[in-house]
Amino acid sequence: MIEVEGLTVRYGVATALDEVSLEVRDGEMVALIGPNGAGKSTLVNTLFGILRPAAGRVTTTGRLALVPEGRHLFAPLTVDDNLRLGAWRDRKGRDTGPIYELLPELVPLRKRPAGRLSGGQQQMVALGRALMARPDVLVIDEMSLGLAPLVVETLAGHLRDRHAEGLAVLLIEQNARLALDLCSRAYVLEAGRVVAEGPSAELAGSAGVAAAYLGLEA
Amino acid sequence: MAELLQYLVTGVGIGCAYALTGSGLVVIYRVTRVVNFAQGSFAVLAALTVTTLLGAGLPHGLAEILAVLVAGLIGLLCGLVATGKPGTTPQTALIVTLGLGVLAYAVEILFWGDQPRSFAGLAGSTGGVQTHYLLIIGVTAVVLAATALLFARTDLGRALTATAADPYAARIVGIDVLRMGLLAFAVGGALGGLAGVLITPVQQVSFDSDVALVVNGFSAAILGNLTRPALTLAGGLLLGVVQALVGGYLSTSYQSEVALIFMLAVLVARAGRRGVLEAA
Ligand SMILES: Nc1ncnc2c1ncn2[C@@H]1O[C@H](COP(=O)(O)OP(=O)(O)OP(=O)(O)O)[C@@H](O)[C@H]1O
Ligand SMILES: [Mg+2]
Repeated sequence: MIEVEGLTVRYGVATALDEVSLEVRDGEMVALIGPNGAGKSTLVNTLFGILRPAAGRVTTTGRLALVPEGRHLFAPLTVDDNLRLGAWRDRKGRDTGPIYELLPELVPLRKRPAGRLSGGQQQMVALGRALMARPDVLVIDEMSLGLAPLVVETLAGHLRDRHAEGLAVLLIEQNARLALDLCSRAYVLEAGRVVAEGPSAELAGSAGVAAAYLGLEA
Repeated sequence: MAELLQYLVTGVGIGCAYALTGSGLVVIYRVTRVVNFAQGSFAVLAALTVTTLLGAGLPHGLAEILAVLVAGLIGLLCGLVATGKPGTTPQTALIVTLGLGVLAYAVEILFWGDQPRSFAGLAGSTGGVQTHYLLIIGVTAVVLAATALLFARTDLGRALTATAADPYAARIVGIDVLRMGLLAFAVGGALGGLAGVLITPVQQVSFDSDVALVVNGFSAAILGNLTRPALTLAGGLLLGVVQALVGGYLSTSYQSEVALIFMLAVLVARAGRRGVLEAA
């Protein structure tokens, strides 16, 4: 689904990613955690062809869709129009009906301009817009940032449901507890390098990760 | 009384040309954030093209439609030159469009000379006003309504709006941002061309007619912050009518100043209001 090998990405002379390798297999749900400025969004933007790698390889199979950091909805357009554009590549697949069944929270919002919604509502729309592309892999950059716990709970529930139906997910999260809880495997990125990886339970049990990301005493 | 009606109709007719020019600016600005100073050239080039096509024996109607399409194509090329290079900022593109406007002068003088030209419009009069003005008003109404529908009711229009609202997100969902910008330039070119084609039978065109059109079109568009089509239409019609009344009852020599004063007043009023909001 996603295979990243020895990926190096630079902004001018600054190296944001340094020989990063990472994999998301068919139907797998994988977390990528790490502090601010670690290079997580840089990885995302390289996956989606917005940044060019200086070295290394990105291979993807199947359809990818993104819930970008900061949500990036089309503010002047209605929720329904935002959803429609999620399927821009697929002229025949722009019926938004099925998305309202998957995400019933969006039904009362469908005619509202996306720019007027709360952060949680916007994140739900961003998720719906990404799902409109009927992806095989969903990449979510900062799902929970700035959202109320109840909203995060709802979003996580939807993710679990889609994953149960076979959707592969790469979840990028500041909230490591949530990420490790949702995903079976995880990577830890620090200063552009993968410093730890493995099954979530193992990572959560390792002293370094627990101290840095779960707020536990090492 | 008949005089007043006459002034009003001519004013609305000329105002339609301003509104079309302004709408072209708005379409391009909304999608690309580029203020296209070559907008007036589309009108002049289209009008001059009509004179050539008619001279070559093409019938009325066909000549005008072809010229509008040519203007659309010129708009597309203009967009390609101004925004085609990845990473071009809207400010740089604006300067490029100014340069293209100057280039258009050279082309126009080379092919058509520097003397004013015109061609016949709809003949006769209806209810005391030249029928051609009614044609201008009718065609403008239909075309601007169609443009509004394109933006509000079609996925292509939504994609154009999305490109303007968030180019990054547009790319993520697979919208070709450059292509949307070029499409906007083509539509802007055709709208500008239509202004020239409609107006020339009642107002001769020469290579430098673009100045009056772009100044008035820009004034109209500024009323709607360069983004609101309905206000642009209102602004264009208002400018046309005020100019016709000033020209009719006072003196024709003040007509162009009216647009400049109007534009200044709007800009000052808006700056003042923003100041008040910020102070609050
Ligand atoms: N456009 C840019 N130009 C230059 N440097 C950049 C740019 N974008 C990001 N960087 C730098 O690259 C590094 C990685 O940034 P990135 O946004 O990928 O981190 P992140 O892990 O997503 O952080 P966050 O948790 O804040 O989202 C940081 O040091 C950042 O300052
Ligand atoms: Mg980030």
